Amino acid sequence: MSDSQELAVREKQELAQQDEKTVPGRYYMPAADIFETDDALTLLLEMPGVSKNNVDVQIENDVLRVEGKIDYSAYKDIEPVYTEYNVGHYARAFTLSNKIDRDAITARVEDGVLTLTLPKAKEALSRRIAIN
Amino acid sequence: MALFPDPFGTLLGLQNALDAFRRSDWLQSSPSASGSYPPLNVFRKGDDFALVAELPGVSSSDLDIQVKGRTVRLSGTKSAKYPEKASIHRRERLQGRFDRSITLPIEVDQDRATAEFHDGVLAITLPRAERDKPRSIQIG
Repeated sequence: MSDSQELAVREKQELAQQDEKTVPGRYYMPAADIFETDDALTLLLEMPGVSKNNVDVQIENDVLRVEGKIDYSAYKDIEPVYTEYNVGHYARAFTLSNKIDRDAITARVEDGVLTLTLPKAKEALSRRIAIN
Repeated sequence: MALFPDPFGTLLGLQNALDAFRRSDWLQSSPSASGSYPPLNVFRKGDDFALVAELPGVSSSDLDIQVKGRTVRLSGTKSAKYPEKASIHRRERLQGRFDRSITLPIEVDQDRATAEFHDGVLAITLPRAERDKPRSIQIG
């Protein structure tokens, strides 16, 4: 099983920004798992430090945009002495190929992982055709 | 909130501060210090230290933290599951076992050490042992 595999460190990837924000700061690209079942597309995005109130999900012209803001106020009174990773907000966008039922999208945040379930629209569901 | 808050209150200020201590030699003296999962940040607050790690998708029941003397050991399992009949488009999230020990340059009061795990971020507070604290010496 892959569970018994020793974990290797992977550097956090900084987001190559297409549009600049007015407030300076680096954004990171959340690692994503995407899988499709018969009736829905599910996205899992790792955004450690983002609570469920600070997640913003938008769909516009078949582009799904996800943004997660971290709360860095806890870092105010402490002083770094040794660091191996940096922190920042998260953002990522995907172009969706399937027609999605936008009203039925559900989102959940658990242990720093955002789970988005995007049910397929009725007209996009595959239909089995019986042969006479 | 002000439109332009003070430079150290901004995210960029914090990011630059964290960058400045990137791979500082603070922990390098010990052989177990780096090169394994999860990446750690160490902070100081007065006499005490805090160890922070990002462990998204790890539940607190899959996490084991041990403190003894100067050493902190962090082990657990990170899993990512998929339904059986799904077709996978992307698979970027890491999964597997991890076990990392680090040796700090201070002695930790293991009875007062605490850990918090919120939104995939683990923060371990390591108070410095009373007998390890520096003492001021009066000049007679």
